[in-house]
Parts: sequence; C-alpha cells; structure tokens
Amino acid sequence: MPIQYYIYLALALFSIGIIGVLTRRNAIIVFMCIELMLNAANLLLVAFSQMHQKIAYAANPAATNGIEAQLFVFFIMVVAAAEVSVGLAIIVMLYRNTRSVDINFLNRLKN
Amino acid sequence: MNLVQILFWFLSALTLFSALMVILSKNPVHSVLWLILVFFAISGHYVLLNAQFLAIVNLIVYAGAIMVLFLFVIMLLNLNKETEPKKNIWMKLAGTIAGGCFLISVSNVIYNAQTGSAELANKATLMGKGSIGLIETLGKTLFTDYVIPFEISSVLFLSAMVGAVIIGKKD
Repeated sequence: MPIQYYIYLALALFSIGIIGVLTRRNAIIVFMCIELMLNAANLLLVAFSQMHQKIAYAANPAATNGIEAQLFVFFIMVVAAAEVSVGLAIIVMLYRNTRSVDINFLNRLKN
Repeated sequence: MNLVQILFWFLSALTLFSALMVILSKNPVHSVLWLILVFFAISGHYVLLNAQFLAIVNLIVYAGAIMVLFLFVIMLLNLNKETEPKKNIWMKLAGTIAGGCFLISVSNVIYNAQTGSAELANKATLMGKGSIGLIETLGKTLFTDYVIPFEISSVLFLSAMVGAVIIGKKD
C-alpha cells in the first residue's frame, strides 16, 4: 500500500484522540484517548519500518533495514503499560478524594 | 482490487469508526469495548504489514492487560451513563474545531510533502513479505543491540509497580 494511506489513517486516528481529550471530561475516557494517540504513532512507526524494508528488500531479501522502528513500538508498549498502571492508580485516588472522575475537580487535590 | 487492499480498507474503516465510537459513547464501559475493537483492527493492520510479533503483543498487552485494567477500574468506581460529567456544548464545539484544525493543517503539510518532494512520492510499504517483523529477527536485535534499554525497562516496570501501590494505598 502507498505510505500516504497509512499516514492519513494514523493522522485521523491521532486527531480523534485529540478531539476526545479536548471534549470529554471523564478522566478515564481522556486516558483512553491518550492510548488511541499512542496507537496511531505505533501504526505509523510500523508502516515506515516496512517502507524502509521494501527499499532494501529488492536488493537483499534478508536485509533488516527498519527493524529499529518495530523495537521502538515494542518499547512504546512497555512504557504505555507502566503509564496505565500509575495513571489508573491516580484516577482511583482522585475518585476517592472527590467522589467523581471529572477532570475539572483535579484542582481540589492541592488542598 | 486484491485481497490485501480490501482488507486494508475494511480495517481502516473499522479502526476509524470504532475510534469515533470511543469518544461518542456516553457509557464508559461501551467506550472500553469500542477501544478493544480499535486494538483488534490495529493488530490486523500489523498482520497485513507482516509485523507478526507486534500484532500478538498488541493483542496481549493492550487488548488483554491494559483494557482489563480499565474495565476493572470503571467497574470498581461504578461509572455509568448517569455519573458521566456533563460538559458545556460550547467547550465541546471548541474542542472539535481545534482537533479538526489540527487534522486539516497536518494533512495539508503531508499533501505538500508528497507532491513537492521525492521524500514521500511513490513510496509504498512492503505487504506480507520481509523478515523484520518475525520474532526471530526482532529477538536477536533486542538481545544484542538493544539489551540495555530492555533491561532498563524492567526497572521502569518495578518503579511503576511500586508507584501504583503507593499511590493507590488507602491511608
């Protein structure tokens, strides 16, 4: 597939994530939209890795050009898993203090 | 249109529709279920691109572990349609316009990049071929060139675990 299809797909996914972060007030939905944006970046990294592989593949089918991008995606997933565990703990603490997951009440945490 | 193209368009439509439903659903549980569908569709994209290891890891880590964590928290907090915070319609409109402006401006940049330079023109991805997505090649690179970041990520997990326990502790 042409690379720009993947770019536009990832861009649309990322924009949906941004719109979700800006329009929703439920902290968990905002968090899920951040995951959506991370996945758009992952999809684009994999597509670019296969694009570089295609250039090298014509000369040598065993070439490993573009493998770094797939390892970056792996590390992004690792960081996302760690981020979710801490973030959800923060949301649970927010709920315990304010009895709501509305992000507008986050300013109450300073007291 | 061959099979790969049909699958690409189907998975793209599924991804975008499910992503829209994530932000449009009123019930947070429905949002989580739509997000799981997004992850399945993205895993399908990875399979089409022959990134088999990432497809499976995406399913196990995202759809399996992270989404179950989200569902646990939503059900623990007993969130549903009634507890959903209401937002001002003007704020919603402003957020949508801001996101739409981002979409239009960046897609214009990409359109100019692919017509004005040779950097993106006539480039395509390799579909279903190549060995870099296989676990054998990835594992070799991960444990030779990237072994230090790999080990550091285990420290990251340990600190995240300790942090989550300390933050979530009732005191």
